[in-house]
Amino acid sequence: MVDILDKDLEAKALLKRFGSHTAVDALSFGVRRGSFFSILGPSGCGKTTLLRMIAGFIEPDSGDIDIGGRSMRGVPPNRRPVNMVFQQLALFPMMTVGENVGYGLARRGVPRTERERKAEAMLERVGLPGSARKRVDELSGGQRQRVAIARSLVLEPTLLLLDEPLGALDLKLRERMKIELKQLQAAFGTTFVYITHDQSEALVLSDQVAVMNNGRFEQVGTPQELYYSPATPFVAGFVGANNRIDGRVSALRGESADVTTAEGWTVRAQRHDALAAGDAATAFVRPEVAVLGRSVEELAMPAESAVHQGVVESLLFDGANSAVLLRESRTRAEFRVALPQTGRFADLKVGETVMFSFAPERAVCFAAGARHG
Amino acid sequence: MTEARTRSSHYLLLWLLLAPALLWLFGLIVLPHLDLALLSFRERTGPGEYVFGLEQYRTFFAEPLYWDVFVRTAVVSLVATALTLLLAFPIAWTIAKLTRGRLSALLFAVCLIPFWVSETVRTLGWMILLRETGVLPGLLVTLGLTDAPVEMLYHDATILVGLVYTSLLFMVVPLYGSLESLDDSLIEAAYDLGGNGWTVLRTVVIPHALPGITAGCIVVFMLTLGNYLTASLLGGKNSLWFTEQIYTQFITRFNWEQGAAFGFLLLALSSVMVWIGLRLSGQRFADVMSRT
Repeated sequence: MVDILDKDLEAKALLKRFGSHTAVDALSFGVRRGSFFSILGPSGCGKTTLLRMIAGFIEPDSGDIDIGGRSMRGVPPNRRPVNMVFQQLALFPMMTVGENVGYGLARRGVPRTERERKAEAMLERVGLPGSARKRVDELSGGQRQRVAIARSLVLEPTLLLLDEPLGALDLKLRERMKIELKQLQAAFGTTFVYITHDQSEALVLSDQVAVMNNGRFEQVGTPQELYYSPATPFVAGFVGANNRIDGRVSALRGESADVTTAEGWTVRAQRHDALAAGDAATAFVRPEVAVLGRSVEELAMPAESAVHQGVVESLLFDGANSAVLLRESRTRAEFRVALPQTGRFADLKVGETVMFSFAPERAVCFAAGARHG
Repeated sequence: MTEARTRSSHYLLLWLLLAPALLWLFGLIVLPHLDLALLSFRERTGPGEYVFGLEQYRTFFAEPLYWDVFVRTAVVSLVATALTLLLAFPIAWTIAKLTRGRLSALLFAVCLIPFWVSETVRTLGWMILLRETGVLPGLLVTLGLTDAPVEMLYHDATILVGLVYTSLLFMVVPLYGSLESLDDSLIEAAYDLGGNGWTVLRTVVIPHALPGITAGCIVVFMLTLGNYLTASLLGGKNSLWFTEQIYTQFITRFNWEQGAAFGFLLLALSSVMVWIGLRLSGQRFADVMSRT
């Protein structure tokens, strides 16, 4: 797939167990030079263990990690061409901003004047010129973030590891730092490996995202691939908002299957797995795929499309991400539909009955309980 | 109006709560010291006749024995403080960083257990171990390391061992507090940026723990400097410890004026040493005291 020389990081059958719990389960993957690679997963999926193994704080039980083409077996963290931005940033409070940035250079024996010059130049590149003499607690959250990144990048590492560095920031700042991080990565061209449980961070920032669950990668791909063609039910449920409909296959029609819930509601979706009638299956329909209408004509769907009817349970206004939560009229099944930006449904009321429909080829169904890749 | 009233009643409550401590401070510390200060500036001119003068302090500087004992006490106390710090640091590190929960509580208890016994009994325990007919000299003979039992008491090293042993807990507690509050990710970050054990200790751990280190050193130095029992029991009659000189003046020679002057000199010594310690470590007294 990718040439070995183009990989800054390669994991080979990496395994780590804590007692009977397998944190990282025989994982193999590669990260292309200069790319922004995210590992996305819920807490406890093993992503922190994986990152700490790459940094060298945890020794894997078996398998190997190559960084810049060199095996890292037995190499301690202070000798690896890898630097880490910690979750709580871990800036040294007993030092000035300049001393923080120059810390790694000092450990390499770079003389003081050159250290100060390099630290200042680096601070300028991350947009903090002239703050070398400030104390760490004089900086705002976003500025500290940039110092933490500058402190690592000044050492010109092959790989920069980031352990949910935006987790501690408030929402507004987080949105801004997302953009800044992406711009910094593009400007420096350093390979970033970023772990997060926030799918929006992973989607916005990354060139490649690995969705991790129970110590394994469920799927590795571009944000678009993960979003539009999820490979497993877990990815479909974890990345982006999705309506999940559990049931059994009641009929097969070409590429699609009809999935009928225990209550008797039937939806049609594209088959991802080989399914036979009667198989347990799970269908996923994204809220923005479904269209809403007060009449069948208003839906403007092809004539053969299935039309469902629902009662408005609640209105979830969130600007551009506004949605409406419906209950399917007969089975009371919950279904979320994104509201169009035209403001056409601005007068929608709770308790109102509406029609909704979606194209089966834009929904997907998986065999329930199947394990993938 | 009501705000002013709640404010004044708030102050009244504060003073009431502080009253016992203030009474204790005034009655048992300030008053006796004032009296001692007056005593130390008295010269005896005849039976029952006294005049104001610096005679007592002059004697101290004129008599080399007093001066030597004074300096010796200060130096040995400094050495004991340094040794206690060196010994307590790994212990505090182990309790704060390497162990958790029950094990760390257990280790604390191990440090505390010697203090369940009175200081006298503890020191006598050392004497049983170290005296010529004691356990350790006997063991050395049995092992064939010495031909005859060696007297291990009444050496400077013995005094040091006793002082360090007595002071250890008072160093471990403030050190533990300051090491415990050190975020592990700071240590990891320092390693990650290329630091090794020594540089991480020097650049991250010690600067963070400095208030605790200073607090522990001040407490241990004061305790050691004012220690009477350990020095006189383990060091013997000729241990030349300054508190012994004070004791001799007050009790044996009944020269309260001289004793009071010595007491003030010791107070001055510990104050100056603490001040120097704070200056050297760049700490503020209030910050350090909040750590003890």
